[in-house]
Amino acid sequence: MTDAALLSLVVFLPALSAGAIVAFDGENRGAIRRFANLTTLAVVGLLFGLVLPRYLAQSPDEAGYRLVVDLPWVPGWGIGYRLGLDGLSLPLLLLTGVVSHLAMWASAGITKQTKGYLILFLLLETGMLGSFVALDFLLFYVFFEVMLLPMYFLIGLWGGPRKEYAAIKFFLYTLVGSVLMLIVMLMAYAGSSGVAGGATFDLPTLTAIGSGRVDTVEFSGKVQCWAFAMLLIAFLIKLPAVPFHTWLPDAHVEAPTPVSMILAGVLLKVGGYGLLRIAYPLFPLGAAYFADVVVWLGVVSILYGAFVALAQTDFKRLVAYSSVSHMGYVLLGIGIWSPAAADTAAWQMGMNGAVFQMIGHGITSVGMFFLVGVLYDRVKHRDMREMGGLLTVMPRYGGLSIGIFFAAMGLPGLCGFWGEVFPVLAAWSFSPWATVLAATGVILTAGYMLFAVQRIYLGPRYIGPRGEQLVPMTASEKWIAGLVMTAAVVFGVYPRPVFDVAGPAVARITADAQTGVETAEVRKVARAENEATQ
Amino acid sequence: MLARLADDTLRGSLPLFLPELVVVATIVLLLLGRVSGFDRLIGPAVVALVGSATACGVAVMQLDAMFAAGRTDAPLFSGLLSCTYVGVYVKVLAAAAAAFTVLLTGTTKLPDREDGPDYYTMLLGVTLGAMLTASAEHLLMVVVAIEMMSVPGYVLVGFQKGRAKSGEAALKYLVFGSGASGTMLYGTSLIAGTLGTASLDEIGVVLAAGTLPAGGTAVSLGVLFLTAGVAFKLSLVPFHFWSPDAYEGAPAEAAGFLSVAPKVAAFVVLVRLVEMLPADAAAGSGLIDTPRFGMLLAGLSAASMTLGNLGAFFQRDLKRLLAYSSISHAGYLTMGVVAFACAGDRQGLSGLLYYSAAYVAMNLGLFAVVAVVRRLTRGESVDAVAGIGTRKPVLGLAAVVCAVGLIGLPPTGGFIGKIAVFAATYAAGLNGSAAVTPWCWGLLACAGVNTVLGLFVYLRIVKAMYFEPYDGPADLPRVHPVEVGCLLLALAAVVATGVTIAPLSAVTDAAVGVSTP
Repeated sequence: MTDAALLSLVVFLPALSAGAIVAFDGENRGAIRRFANLTTLAVVGLLFGLVLPRYLAQSPDEAGYRLVVDLPWVPGWGIGYRLGLDGLSLPLLLLTGVVSHLAMWASAGITKQTKGYLILFLLLETGMLGSFVALDFLLFYVFFEVMLLPMYFLIGLWGGPRKEYAAIKFFLYTLVGSVLMLIVMLMAYAGSSGVAGGATFDLPTLTAIGSGRVDTVEFSGKVQCWAFAMLLIAFLIKLPAVPFHTWLPDAHVEAPTPVSMILAGVLLKVGGYGLLRIAYPLFPLGAAYFADVVVWLGVVSILYGAFVALAQTDFKRLVAYSSVSHMGYVLLGIGIWSPAAADTAAWQMGMNGAVFQMIGHGITSVGMFFLVGVLYDRVKHRDMREMGGLLTVMPRYGGLSIGIFFAAMGLPGLCGFWGEVFPVLAAWSFSPWATVLAATGVILTAGYMLFAVQRIYLGPRYIGPRGEQLVPMTASEKWIAGLVMTAAVVFGVYPRPVFDVAGPAVARITADAQTGVETAEVRKVARAENEATQ
Repeated sequence: MLARLADDTLRGSLPLFLPELVVVATIVLLLLGRVSGFDRLIGPAVVALVGSATACGVAVMQLDAMFAAGRTDAPLFSGLLSCTYVGVYVKVLAAAAAAFTVLLTGTTKLPDREDGPDYYTMLLGVTLGAMLTASAEHLLMVVVAIEMMSVPGYVLVGFQKGRAKSGEAALKYLVFGSGASGTMLYGTSLIAGTLGTASLDEIGVVLAAGTLPAGGTAVSLGVLFLTAGVAFKLSLVPFHFWSPDAYEGAPAEAAGFLSVAPKVAAFVVLVRLVEMLPADAAAGSGLIDTPRFGMLLAGLSAASMTLGNLGAFFQRDLKRLLAYSSISHAGYLTMGVVAFACAGDRQGLSGLLYYSAAYVAMNLGLFAVVAVVRRLTRGESVDAVAGIGTRKPVLGLAAVVCAVGLIGLPPTGGFIGKIAVFAATYAAGLNGSAAVTPWCWGLLACAGVNTVLGLFVYLRIVKAMYFEPYDGPADLPRVHPVEVGCLLLALAAVVATGVTIAPLSAVTDAAVGVSTP
């Protein structure tokens, strides 16, 4: 199988299955569910069985990508069917495959219109997988948008009491970001018209322009600032960061458990991925200009998310706000760039931490949302004030929960640790104040996590309604939570796989951005001299 | 002289005039069929369907030949009409829309057996008018052709004789329409009186030469009057007042057709007006040049998309909602012309043509949904579709895909069309003179905001279809297979224009003369 066929198969297999499910009889839930389950499992199998070995066997091309696919789509308009993987997208792609399968597994409780649910779920998976492999700006945008409508329906039809409000809010916020991204896309497209072959949406080419490696074409400083600002808003909405985060608590809380898992586990990462793949490489001058904004928004998100989480009484809302706080570390790690200092070592460290945090948060947030769902399925409420003593009633559930909570808290030896500690450490050279405040966030995180553990799992006994429903976890629930816990321990003890894969990509992004700024400076000086001599 | 004229007509013009001839022949056949009782044997719907499909096929073949041979514009009938690439493209769209509408009305039983020939005659009359409008090369011909496509339109709107709303709508449309054609005629007389010619090509040559001694203001006024008339057909704000009433009164099938075919044709006239104007008028001549005309259009476009969206938001009647939606889409489509006028960017016209094709499919699809819903539930309001999505998956799917296309999300043609006109508008602001930049970029920002606003408009339909409980009769009639076919056809077109883009974009690029690498 060629790379093109392999990657296309991985991306479109869920969509094809969704098409096949249409032919199933809607009443035959078991068969449909088995088929959908098999599909997500097949994607995981393809990812780990074929994509990963092939990725490791290949050497990167000059732009740093492997398994590169470049087929014409709309040659007249510079749009290509371009796919590829690097150290940034590979971990996220694998995460997407695994989280999708776990969420599919956790969908067993969906009995309302199962057929429609699974079709939308699989379409969503195609959108997510596609976003992480697309190397064409327009193709990325298409996949990015393809995620929207299924998600709207998944929240709006299968969600909680305020589902319609949450669904439209999610759609609206994301669409605002998309429209901004669309305009940036057109700016980049129009700005690249001087390259050989005409204007293009090819991300490697646009990256080359952004990093000043193309002699004839450049994005001017003004364009870069505008474009970066718009992209920043677009991706901060997705990430989300304060003040663009208000859709998240609603969407996460109202969505059914598997959809919350996907939202937190994968969709938020698209925001961080977009910053790293598009905003920084294409518009480094803008990134340098807005460096402070990015870092401080990160710090504010960490603190604000943690404070609000501290005040929650709804279990799921607490987890949702913890996501805001945790994604703040991603933003902090990405943002700490001081172009004036030519050494990017600290920035690389922060960015590595950010990539790790995306994976780590992918593991822990999926676990936490799943655990919330397990509890909700039994007692039909999420009020932490009415809980307590679960550790004695459901010891396995309590044990796994506390483990995953500790992982999210960033306890050393668990996967949350690296993603929090790297960005915070690396931030020191950028701004000691930011570091101090972000480090305070770690304490607050411990605060709300422990507070939650105390209210839910400890204490003498369960005091809420439907206490008799608190039966032990089923086999598949144990499996899902166990797998998440295992991943949390494995990556906590041995984080090297992520760092080894992401390291070269991060080094490349930072070096490109630094070169971009320096080249722009050189060109500016040259232009000034040119004018002086005339 | 006579021999040359005959030769020119028979050998030169008539073959290129074939799509129109087919439509004319079909109309004649329909009328004769009624007289001779022939329509009892073969239904008028069948005749109209075969006729419009044939016209569409002939036009496609012409388009194909032009694509293979390169761009060739040929004057027809000594320069009153011309066979242009863009014109043929629009003829394909108009004939396809007509065929779709005929197919749909065959099952929704809009015209009964008695009315059939009249109805299809009028429908094909509008089609013929649209075809002529798209190839008009002379201002007088523009006015006549627009009349040709308007008058049968009034009848189509008022076709349901018993309904008071229908009659009122037709009257309103007629009054507005007559005003608009009067204005256009006046504009024509101003231009022709000043310049001594009404041929678009000759006017262009005279104006480009910059030797206009006096009367620049009169020409400008004439252009403005003509623009007002065209804007009426496009239902651009502030000439849009007729369209919500007319669409509400008209049956959904007719409204769908009237919202696409005449509109696309009128855009050709708008483009011809831009092409006629000089790129740079001498100061003090009083003549309007293309950048200034572009700014004017930018204002109309921004106002249309904004008011269209805001108006659509509060509608309970689906057809009124779609009327406002088509007002806002006229605004988006105009962006392509703005880009062309402001910076001479022909890519904008390519985007306009691409968007038009997608728009035709999306609008026909959504109006077809309304028509089918009316047949099933007797209701045409947003409430009437509540819960239909899960009961009739085909209706739901078609509505969702068309609505997503109208919002402008991938993977639909609406997205690609939008991105094409947006890109052209951005590029026009970048490459145009300093004066037009704020207009282009302001328009782009406005279009971006409206894309977000549009979400609320179109999601209301989707939301009603899927999120609201069904409370209609327990046994909904079956969706007729032909209706399913129609809906799937529209749906396939919307998705195909959003996924396999290159075949169509190559044609639109070639049609407007953009070289592709």
